[in-house]
Formats: sequence, structure tokens, C-alpha cells
Amino acid sequence: MMTKPELMKRMVKGPDGLEFEVDPLRDYYCEAPPTVMPGAYIQIVEDFFNWARSQSLWILGFGTGCGAIEMRPLMTPRFDAYRFGVAWRPTPRQANLFIISGYLSTKTLKRAIRAYEQMQNPKYVIGLGSCTINGGMYWDSYNTIKKLDEYLPVDLYIAGCMPRPEALLAGFEEMKKIIRAGKAEGANQYAENFAWYKANQKRVIHDWDMPDYNW
Amino acid sequence: MDFDWMKIPYAFLTVFIVVNYGFLMGALIQKIGARAGRRHGIPIWQYYLDVIKNYGLRSSITHGVMFYLGPVFRLSGGVGLLLFMPVIYGSYMFSNFSFAGDLILALYFVFFGTLGMALGAGESGHPHAAIGVTRGLQQVSMAELPFAMAVFSVALQYQTLSMTDIVAAQQGGLANWTLFTNPIAVAAAMLAFLGSMMRPPFDVFIAPQEIPIGPPTEYHSSYLALMQTNRAIFPVAKIVIYMNLFFGGAGSWPELFVKVFFLYLFSAFVGVCFPRFRVEQSVRFFLVWGVPLGILSIMVV
Repeated sequence: MMTKPELMKRMVKGPDGLEFEVDPLRDYYCEAPPTVMPGAYIQIVEDFFNWARSQSLWILGFGTGCGAIEMRPLMTPRFDAYRFGVAWRPTPRQANLFIISGYLSTKTLKRAIRAYEQMQNPKYVIGLGSCTINGGMYWDSYNTIKKLDEYLPVDLYIAGCMPRPEALLAGFEEMKKIIRAGKAEGANQYAENFAWYKANQKRVIHDWDMPDYNW
Repeated sequence: MDFDWMKIPYAFLTVFIVVNYGFLMGALIQKIGARAGRRHGIPIWQYYLDVIKNYGLRSSITHGVMFYLGPVFRLSGGVGLLLFMPVIYGSYMFSNFSFAGDLILALYFVFFGTLGMALGAGESGHPHAAIGVTRGLQQVSMAELPFAMAVFSVALQYQTLSMTDIVAAQQGGLANWTLFTNPIAVAAAMLAFLGSMMRPPFDVFIAPQEIPIGPPTEYHSSYLALMQTNRAIFPVAKIVIYMNLFFGGAGSWPELFVKVFFLYLFSAFVGVCFPRFRVEQSVRFFLVWGVPLGILSIMVV
């Protein structure tokens, strides 16, 4: 950790000749750990929000494994997921559903964690394919993670190798039910068990070169 | 000048009607675009749900004061535009705060939101946002040129800077519309219209497939919801300007709804037929086709 030169504390000379110290991890990132955010005080308001959230699932356009290819047909006329209020957003800031689509190598896990942490509460994770459940056909691979649940709070798994787009559509409908029931509190779960998740993540990611929490 | 306080609630009513109309029409146009791609597309009420969801998100982060103000500027650009125009011609309730020189103010307000966005997106510190907004400003400024010329041409033609007077001059039949009395100016303005509606072929700077989503990259939760609300108001407000200047205005809400819908449909129609321009291509397009038409329209008048 902290071996990369661009992350080390250093003196920088500004364009006006003034020298100042830069500590990238502190100056460029905010390291405040996540907090548990309760829902609206009045239950009926929270239910209303949950209903709206369930009808407007914005998926982060981030494909991790072979399952990414199963998500693309959902945008096409054949499956057309937009009918169900499902849309894709290119930036984690605006997305609230993260689909881990298949196997997740430890290298990609790092990016997945960063992307997940940049999403706004409440946020949901769907594990697509057997690889996210128990490693699937990569059960003895040296550089893929086996149980996604140990690294990110998963709300729903869609089993199969690979599940077809129809299975994904059915999964979205299940996800909606979970959200409407108010049980999709993955973001708060992540905040509550933050130390446990971080320990698990750091156990597999050896070149940890980012702050512990990316906002 | 005496001010009638009753105009304020009436103006709120205008904004309310336009927000709802904007949401529904936006979704309808989206559905029509989807049909062109042989899909069913989003449900007609989808935009309401998206906005409620975004307002309902629990967390949001800020990058500074300007980051807050970006969406606020953008929304005030849209609302301001709407409030200083005669939305319904001849109606006391919906003439809003229009005054003798409202055309100049409208020209300014069309640009206002984009500038606010530039400041806000710049402060987010995301390189995609900075690049996106630079490209967006480049293109919108270019698209603004033919429109400004068309507006000058129309102002010269009717010898007034008041939108109400311009609409009044177009009353009494189809042949009195600027569309038929000054077709060159309308042609120039409609090219500019395509350029500023944020639809293909002129939407490369916010396209998700390009530099991811451009200016709003960092915007989320209620910031994004504010911008979505503006996405409902602003196009309608802008089309109302076009309708007032070139297509005879509207004497009632149904007439307004129909005219605005068809004008919006025009940009959607072009959008599904043509692929995206790169920014430098669209700049060239406006210089080669838009600006000469604009100059010609001024000279003819």
C-alpha cells in the first residue's frame, strides 16, 4: 500500500512559482466513512419513495464478466427493458442498481468497489450468474472472487450460467418487490458492517491504492 | 407602471401546467423515438417516477457552492424564460410578465442555463464534465447565431421587440404567420432549433455513449432531479418562443399543446433519421447552412 509515486505526499510547484504540499489521498479524496441513513420519518412517505424507486431502476453501465453480453439485448426491441422502468446510466453518481454480471476478477473488484461507493444511498446490487454465488466454473481460479456477498451487500442473485435476458427481466421484477417491501437496504448494511466488508476486500486486493471509502 | 399582484399565482399556474405537459410530452416523444427503433419505450409516466426517485434519494454530495448553483441556474433559466413571455396570446391570465422588450430578455435566458451549467459542471472537477460543457457551449453558441439573426430579422420585419406585438401581427389566418411572410428567417431559426434541442444529430456532448454523459456526469439525487424538471420546462418554454415568433402564437392551451408537440416532434423526427454530428461538424454545419440563411433573411427584410 502507498507505494505508487502518484499517491505519495509531495511538493508541487504551481504555475505562479509558489510551492505547496500535496497529499493526494487526503486532498483529492474524501475519506469520511459511510453512515447509516434512515428513510423518511413518516412510513407512508418512505413507502411512496420505495414505490418510485422500484419503478425507476437506473443500472450502472458497467459489465464485469460474460454476463455483460446478456444485458445488452435488454436494450433492443426483442426484450426492451425500458418498458419496465429500467434504464442505463453511464455514471455511478446517477445509477442506483449495480449488476455484477458474472465472474469478478480481483482487479475488477477494485473498480467495482469504487463504483459502488460512488453511488448514492439507497443502492442495490444484483449478482448475475453462478460465478457471483459460489465462483461457478471459476471455483478454483486464483484471481476471481467466489462469493460476491463477502465484498458488497447483494440484494438478489440470478442463478444460471449464463442466465438469459428473460431471467434478468424476471430478476428486475423480483428486485422491484424487494424494494417495495422496504427490504433493499444494502447501502445501510454496507455502512453498518463497513469494517467487515473492508477487511474482506483488503484480503483479496493486495495493491490497495485508494482511500478506504470513495465518498 | 402598476403591477397586478394577481399575476403571480397565474404565473405559478403557467409553470405548473408546463411542467406536467413537459413531462408527458417528453415521454411521448421518447416513446415515438422508441417506436422508430421498433421498441415500446418507456411508460408515459416514467419521468414523474424518475424525478420522485431522484428527489427521494437519501444521500447527496456537493463539490462546492457553484455545484449547487448549476442546476438552480439551469432551472431559473427555464422558468425565467417561461415567465417573461406571453404564453397564451390575448389571455390576461397567461400573459405572465411580458413587457415591451421581452424578446431581448428571452434571447438572454435561452443561454442562461447553459452558462450556469458550465460553472457548476466545472466545479465538480470531473474531466468529463469540463470537456462536455466546453463542447456543449461551443455548439450551442454556434446554434444561437442563426437564431439570433432570425430574431433580428423578425424584429426588423415587425418593427418591434415585444413578443405580444409580434404575435398580434401574425393573427388573422395562416398566411400571416412569419413562416409564410419571412420563410428564410424561419428556415435559419429551425436549423438553430435542431442545434439546441439536445437531440441527435446535435447531442454528442450529452450522449451517454460518448464522453459519458458530459456536463451532468457528477450530478445526482436532487441536483439531477432539478435538472430533469428543467428538461421538462425548458424545451416547452423555448418552443413557445418559436411558436410566438414564427408560427402565429397560441390563443388557448390546446392550441399551444398541439403546436408545441409538432415543433418538438420535428426535432425528434430529424433525430431518429440522422446520425450524430461531431462537435466540429455541427459547428461547420451551422456556419455553412445556418448563418448565411440568417444573413440572407436580414437582408431580404
